[in-house]
Amino acid sequence: MFTGASQFALVGVLGAGGSVWAGAATAALLGARNGLYSLRLSSLLDGGPWRRVAASQFVIDESTAMAIGRDEPEASRFAFWATGFSVFVLWNLGTLIGALAIHAIPNPRVLGLDAAPPAAYLALLAPRLRAREPIAIALCAGVVALALVPVVPPGVPLLVVAVLVGLFGLRGAKA
Amino acid sequence: MIWAGVLTACAACYGLKLAGMSLPRHLLEDPRLQRTVPLLPIALLAALVAIQTFSTGRSLVLDQRAAALAVAVVAVLLRAPFLVVVVAATATAALLRLV
Repeated sequence: MFTGASQFALVGVLGAGGSVWAGAATAALLGARNGLYSLRLSSLLDGGPWRRVAASQFVIDESTAMAIGRDEPEASRFAFWATGFSVFVLWNLGTLIGALAIHAIPNPRVLGLDAAPPAAYLALLAPRLRAREPIAIALCAGVVALALVPVVPPGVPLLVVAVLVGLFGLRGAKA
Repeated sequence: MIWAGVLTACAACYGLKLAGMSLPRHLLEDPRLQRTVPLLPIALLAALVAIQTFSTGRSLVLDQRAAALAVAVVAVLLRAPFLVVVVAATATAALLRLV
């Protein structure tokens, strides 16, 4: 699973005591946007089926943004592979260091590490909030999620929010 | 059980990427899909921010994480890079717990 927001969400649901399946569903829903990135990239990255299989793993926010910002197809392909590969290596290296280092930290709360995930989500969210509608959706999602926390098991509020925004998107589509 | 869920999520996340590369274009160019899918990360990330800041388990709480989030909001508004946002929030929570 090489898509950061999905990783964070799965771990977040598990950490809150939720079911791994609720976490997996949330991770997949967050990863759905990569399918649309792939769609845009598939015309840029020509090549056979094996190249597609390899390229798919590198489709993330960063590699897509770098690839579609170029004028020349050649530069796009280079940007995609270079960004995808370097983020892949560094991200997984960082994950490994974190997994090994966490054992050396007796109480992560003292270091404020429980405040890190929300800040990370916020930083991932911010570039998507450039208009009034997404800001309204984000605020509603936060309120609905908090209202559900005391009444349903951990992880389920996220799924309810996903269903609601899905219905909103499908119903409200005018274009 | 946990690993089965993790592996399923991995397969789903990769499968969605491969589907975008391989499926016929007209299936995925449906305007309703194009409109709805980008809304999912907005709603889910916002819900995650709210839940992981203002709740522990199944109870709503207001603690140092709220102040950390406020600092993160300011950092984001100042267009600080990702790491600065995260470190600023972490440091805020740690400092408040120290005093």
